[in-house]
Amino acid sequence: MNKAKTFPYFFAAPAILLFLAFTVYPIIASFVLSFQERVGGEYVFAGLKNYTRLWNDDIFWTAMQNTFIIFVVQVPIMIILAMVLANVLNNQLLKLKGFFRVSFFLPAVTSLVAYSILFSIMLQEEGIINTALSYIGITAIPWLSDPFWAKASIIIAMTWRWTGYNMVIFLAALQNIPEDLYEAASLDGANKFKQFFYITVPQLKPVILFAGILSTIGTLQLFDEPFNLTGGGPADSTMTLGLYIYQSGFEYFDFGYASAIAYAVVVMVGILSIIQFKIAGDD
Amino acid sequence: MAKNLEVIEQSTNELTLAERQQKKPKKTKKKLKAVWMYTLLSIFLVVSIFPFYWMFIGATNDSSKMFTNPPTLLPGDQFMTNLTNLNESIGIFRVLFNSLFVSGLYVVIALAVCASAAYVLAKYNFKGKKFIFTAFLLSMMIPYQATLIPLFQMMSDFNLLNTYFAVIAPQLCFPFAIFLLRQNFLAFPTELMESARLDGASETRIFISIVIPSMRPALAAASIFLFMTQWNNFMWPLVVLNTNDMYTFPVALSSLMGLSYIDYGQVMMGVTLATVPIIAFFLTLQKQFISGMLGSALK
Repeated sequence: MNKAKTFPYFFAAPAILLFLAFTVYPIIASFVLSFQERVGGEYVFAGLKNYTRLWNDDIFWTAMQNTFIIFVVQVPIMIILAMVLANVLNNQLLKLKGFFRVSFFLPAVTSLVAYSILFSIMLQEEGIINTALSYIGITAIPWLSDPFWAKASIIIAMTWRWTGYNMVIFLAALQNIPEDLYEAASLDGANKFKQFFYITVPQLKPVILFAGILSTIGTLQLFDEPFNLTGGGPADSTMTLGLYIYQSGFEYFDFGYASAIAYAVVVMVGILSIIQFKIAGDD
Repeated sequence: MAKNLEVIEQSTNELTLAERQQKKPKKTKKKLKAVWMYTLLSIFLVVSIFPFYWMFIGATNDSSKMFTNPPTLLPGDQFMTNLTNLNESIGIFRVLFNSLFVSGLYVVIALAVCASAAYVLAKYNFKGKKFIFTAFLLSMMIPYQATLIPLFQMMSDFNLLNTYFAVIAPQLCFPFAIFLLRQNFLAFPTELMESARLDGASETRIFISIVIPSMRPALAAASIFLFMTQWNNFMWPLVVLNTNDMYTFPVALSSLMGLSYIDYGQVMMGVTLATVPIIAFFLTLQKQFISGMLGSALK
């Protein structure tokens, strides 16, 4: 009896201890650090100094704006593409289903750094993408040297990597929608288009939400792509919050300020999660 | 009678005629739809696959061949040259070993830590259980960048910078893996545990010889998930590692792009080597891979 009582603690102990040391402690320490600044090698209390600096920091707001633009453009494009592909692949008449599914998923298994570098080479001024475009009469696009196109580059690369991943999520969910829902609808005279909007989309709502939450957290932490693909430039046009935290912390060694930025991200993730759960709670 | 039959026959004839008329456009419509479907899929197929092909072309050609017009679309003979150059720049075998070692060790330890926690959270009642589980769940929402700086200071204070330990320790307790595994353990029949207990098996023994063997698919999926997490990990190793011989693959690869002269043949070779093993791994274990990477979404 006694043994059975201590057993669960004994088994959960490694996880709990690691969690306390490497998650709980850093979260608290980071919060404390965000109110400190370094004076002659020592960290001392600085009040809200880091936060007022953050509020007036143009780069921070640019990073916020970039993250927001990338999020608002990339996530819908990717989700719509993934939906379309999932619906096509779900068609009974289609052959080679497995082949297409695996091929579309393939980009999702590449390392984040590897694919970012690959895209940075393909998107160079004289790279393969501009060469291909020249054959259909499009003049060279300054992908990596123009603020607008640099953002577009990040969006294109991310969409390439994640569409297949989301497609597989949707495909699994589509296969779980009972067939008789569609039969009943077509007897009532609903066409395919109506069926899609009145049956497929509502049935997929929880999965779309799941994909949405994953993408929100992913975009807010975006680091590997801007670091390797555009380096945050040109002129901070692809600076993201993740990249700014890294630069403040490990290029300028301003740990207090970096922690303040990190906490701003924590607050945003919190707010966005609450909003998303509220939307989910409607059902 | 005969007239009636005639009428019936006529009407059936009419019906088949009407059916035929209906069927014909339906058939062409179906064909048209098929053409449309395959065209769309083929376009996406090219977009998905071409970068992989291009990566291979780059790895076997000279640096300058990647920027020619018309483009070089056939593999070249610079494979060995690029590999040798890459090895000279970043010590590719050492880096590959670092990444495999770090990821492998991480999977073994993290799986043990997460599986045992997930198991007791699913199958036992104890004080504080709900609190612990809620804490794990909540921590999943915290971006890891929020823990980055104190973790770095911690490793620096304990003189652990530039060690394998520093790379793997912070993520050994991975709440998402605990969450996934717990879902699977919940489905394990409690009666089996009860009867083993009556037979005198200890709790540890029940876990190791009864529960674990039946959880293989879930553990395989979780292993793949953990492996991919560590293999792809970039920001944290970038921060804690500072010599070439300790770099993991992503860090080494990224450092190549920071050199004043970039040899693209070398870089493409690096990208290929970072990608091909994972693709081979994925193609052999597709099912486990997809469920591992998607987590509970596929359940």
